[in-house]
Amino acid sequence: MRDIFRGFGAVFYKEALHVRRDAGTLFFSLTMPLLQMFLLGFGVDTNIRQINTVIYNADGRRESRELLDRFTNSDMFHVYRYVQNDSELNDVIVSGHARVGIKIPVDYSDHLLHGMTAQVLVLIDGSDSSVAGQAINVSTAIGLDESLRRVLAQDTSFAVEMRPKMLFNPDSRSPNFFLPGLTAIMLLNVTTFLTAFSIVREKERGTLEQLFVTPVRPFGLLLGKLLPYLFIGFFELCLILFFMRFVFMVPIHGSVLLLWILSLPYLFAALSLGILISSKANSQAEAMQLAFLPILPSVFFSGYIFSRETIPTIFKPLSYLIPASYFINITRGVILRGATLKHLWTDGLALCAIGTFLLVIAARRFENKVIMA
Amino acid sequence: MPNSDDAAVVAENLVRRFGQFTAVNGVSFRVETGEIFGFLGPNGSGKTTVIKMLTGLLPLSGGSALVEGVDVRQDSETVRERIGYMSQNFSLYYDLTVEENLRFYGRIYGLDPERLKRRIDETVQLNGLGPYLKRLSAQLSGGWKQRLALGCAMLHQPKLLFLDEPTAGIDPVARRQLWDLLFELSGQGITFFVTTHYMDEAERCSHVAYIYYGKLIADGTPDSLRQLPDVQPHGTIRVEITMATDVTRALRLVRHIPAFRSATIFGQSIHALADEHLNLDDLQRELRKEGINVTEIRPLAPSLEDVFVELTYKHQAQLEAARA
Repeated sequence: MRDIFRGFGAVFYKEALHVRRDAGTLFFSLTMPLLQMFLLGFGVDTNIRQINTVIYNADGRRESRELLDRFTNSDMFHVYRYVQNDSELNDVIVSGHARVGIKIPVDYSDHLLHGMTAQVLVLIDGSDSSVAGQAINVSTAIGLDESLRRVLAQDTSFAVEMRPKMLFNPDSRSPNFFLPGLTAIMLLNVTTFLTAFSIVREKERGTLEQLFVTPVRPFGLLLGKLLPYLFIGFFELCLILFFMRFVFMVPIHGSVLLLWILSLPYLFAALSLGILISSKANSQAEAMQLAFLPILPSVFFSGYIFSRETIPTIFKPLSYLIPASYFINITRGVILRGATLKHLWTDGLALCAIGTFLLVIAARRFENKVIMA
Repeated sequence: MPNSDDAAVVAENLVRRFGQFTAVNGVSFRVETGEIFGFLGPNGSGKTTVIKMLTGLLPLSGGSALVEGVDVRQDSETVRERIGYMSQNFSLYYDLTVEENLRFYGRIYGLDPERLKRRIDETVQLNGLGPYLKRLSAQLSGGWKQRLALGCAMLHQPKLLFLDEPTAGIDPVARRQLWDLLFELSGQGITFFVTTHYMDEAERCSHVAYIYYGKLIADGTPDSLRQLPDVQPHGTIRVEITMATDVTRALRLVRHIPAFRSATIFGQSIHALADEHLNLDDLQRELRKEGINVTEIRPLAPSLEDVFVELTYKHQAQLEAARA
């Protein structure tokens, strides 16, 4: 067994030349993620506020107005329109102009004054589940609060008072939640695409076959191709972190150095995935299709958008195979929770294992099969 | 088992199967050191497959091959160090300059910096690439691309070079220059294994072999092949009948004369295989009587194309006989 990394230096240098020659592609692949970052950072806010609300106050007396004030003061509801009958109330919701309809019946105040239960109808548009959930919670809470206020005597305090405190992202800022996760997805995009393309290009050109007639070894070839893109990915990470910290003002609670170190196994896994894709694809178009495959599961099953706890049981194992799952835990851990290596070493180890596994499969495929194509 | 000897290539009973399909079926040949070995055959007949087997790109399904004295089945890495390979599509990096391409291939073969520099200088001189060193290889014409590809393939001074259709799609001047270069290098003891579709290139080779759908049906020097009994059957002669006009009509007439076994048109003449007792004077008279202005009839040595055509017919006849 001779040097299994034979040809590494030559391939690495050549690949760096390719990257430099094709500065346009490099520029795009570095700036596209930043663009996504700006879109998500400025444009997406998951905190639901000011839901358009239509109100039909059939009662109209002081008690009913007090209740409505509580709704409007909650910041959750924005009064879109007042209507005067049931069918109008219904129409405004069906047309989509308002998500919530509140109807206070004619006898609301009478019931209260006679110590009976007064009912308020809250209609909620269920076609948007996140809005619906929040609207139910807040309106129930308002009802409960109003009831307690009326039942309890003045100056009596609540028997139990829950005081929830949000750790790590106390203001519930969306960029704080989104951007660390987005980092993982963006790095995956850039690195997987770039490596997959760099190899498939050589297949199309016929230079890959030429390389196989030289004494270069698969590992030398693959690592030589992988390393330049590892540097690019790392540079991209630094760019993203810079914008995240200084433009979107996401505080980084943990050590940036740790984040850098733990990004290496993630980049390694993503690049190996790119190489594996290129061993399967014979044209750039095919590589394009295949490179999109890991993106969707990485978005949906990694915990980036939907928490990993909510993933259906059959997909749970999948989330453990996705490198982004681990890296999102790492970025959120370091950036938001101030986690240290003590908390995150298992994620780093898992990424190393996945990366090595993918690279070994890719190298074997290059050794056996691609040669014959 | 081939014994280790000083031949550049010793292939014995090479077999390569792809699933049910046998692409190369029991092919044996020897290429001596310093030869220009022309390997011919129609597209899809197994030429490239044989090259891939000999260069270690494809494992053998059967048989054995010694390349530069090394068994490809046991040590394809050593084989790859000793040979050069230039593929059909000149595997160059178009976004790299001429010099960068040369450097890359040199470094891949592990040339140390000093030797790399010396070899690049020598190659550039030999191939006349000097003025183009800083140019992107995408901007070179076909002929120069091919010279650069050849340069890349021989930087590490291989004793044996595989050239897979080196002249496909390049202009005649570049084609001739390449062959001049091959002869010069072959004079220095380098062996060339060349595939081509051009019959005139085959005529220039010192040794040719013809593969037809996985079977080797001709193997020898061009002259020895011309004298094969199958090519020039006993009791036959080859003639060239030249005329001023009406070649097509003359061909129809000739084909009706029983003494002719086969006939085909070459420009303003007909090349034909006829019975030995055909009287050339009678033939000329007869054709003139039909109004064909025959200017010359003369005996002709078979061309390599004739050789391959005859051998292919014979091979097909054998196949059909075997099937019946």
